Amino acid sequence: MNPKRKQRLILILLGVCGLTVAVFLVIFALRQNLNYFFTPLEISNGAAPSEQVIRAGGMVLPGSIAREDGSLVVNFKVTDYAAIIDVKYDGILPDLFEEGQGVVVIGKLDDNGLLTADSVLAKHDETYMPPEVTHALEQAEKAAK
Amino acid sequence: MWQLFVRWFHKWSSPKWFYEMSKPWSFWLGWAALLITTTAIIWGLGFAPVERLQGNSYRIIFIHVPSAFLSEAIYVTIAIAGAIGLIWRIKLAYYVAKICVPLGMSMAFLALATGAIWGKPTWGHWWVWDMRITSMLILLLLYIGLWALHNAMERPESGDRAAAILALVGVVNIPVIKFSVNLVTTLHQPATLKFTEKAPMHISMLIPLLLSILGFYLAFLALMLVRSRIEILRRERKAKWVQQEIEQLGNR
Repeated sequence: MNPKRKQRLILILLGVCGLTVAVFLVIFALRQNLNYFFTPLEISNGAAPSEQVIRAGGMVLPGSIAREDGSLVVNFKVTDYAAIIDVKYDGILPDLFEEGQGVVVIGKLDDNGLLTADSVLAKHDETYMPPEVTHALEQAEKAAK
Repeated sequence: MWQLFVRWFHKWSSPKWFYEMSKPWSFWLGWAALLITTTAIIWGLGFAPVERLQGNSYRIIFIHVPSAFLSEAIYVTIAIAGAIGLIWRIKLAYYVAKICVPLGMSMAFLALATGAIWGKPTWGHWWVWDMRITSMLILLLLYIGLWALHNAMERPESGDRAAAILALVGVVNIPVIKFSVNLVTTLHQPATLKFTEKAPMHISMLIPLLLSILGFYLAFLALMLVRSRIEILRRERKAKWVQQEIEQLGNR
């Protein structure tokens, strides 16, 4: 390779690598601010500001959904298996909202640790299965026990 | 071995050789792409089973994932072609980089649009500002920037070089998109298809998805070859062989 081309090749490689390293260092440094939501553990550690709109994400704790009669108000708990937060929401839940499924709630935290949500987003995982297969797997699991 | 590669590279970097040799390729790739994509879409939309939680709405994955993959792959292609152009001063590499821009732009737009349509029934929102979605939007903006640079310059050669530099600077966005779902918390779920692990997706959904991805890639290759040939005719119009070729095309 002639020296001029070699020089340009090295310049471009160094430039691209340097830029990539720089951007990822920035991302690591700002990681806390780039997170889309707080986990229940972070909230219980006091990392989330109260009386300010925040997002919290985790799993809906199975058996924790309680609906109030005569209104749309629903109470449930969100967990990351390390901590639990209480959520109160008045509105229509997304179709995918279910016990044991991922959820992101947007709302304000009060001093007692209750999060009053303005909206609830369902988060789904990377698994795609037909219902019969899931059913068959559950049956097999039961049989194995 | 290296000598052989250099000779091969030099041959293919000649616009005339590329123009002649790519003709049969674009024909066969185009038909294969049409066949495979149609099969995959009909299979995915009509015959793949419903999803246990999302029901039928997950079926948009058969368009969303291939277009998102392709929008990133095309960007990498543009960056590599731009680097080849800058280092070896090969005109053909610039032509390829230029004609890939509208293809990538449409794929990035399609990925964002299908993502929004998918987001409404599953998440409950059209759009959220999490890192995956925001970095995809930046990719679309980069494409628009490349397109603008190509068209803003008086001389197409200056546009080529400016766009190549922007493409190389923006290539850092590709790993950011890829790893955004692993580095920080996002609403978007992590990757289903990984090289290192078995996909957590049932085989009856996985096959049409992989077919659809293959079809989209083949369609891109076919379109890239056709558009490159048109760009060669446009940019090399002063060459004698191009004038002869245009005359022949006109007589047909």
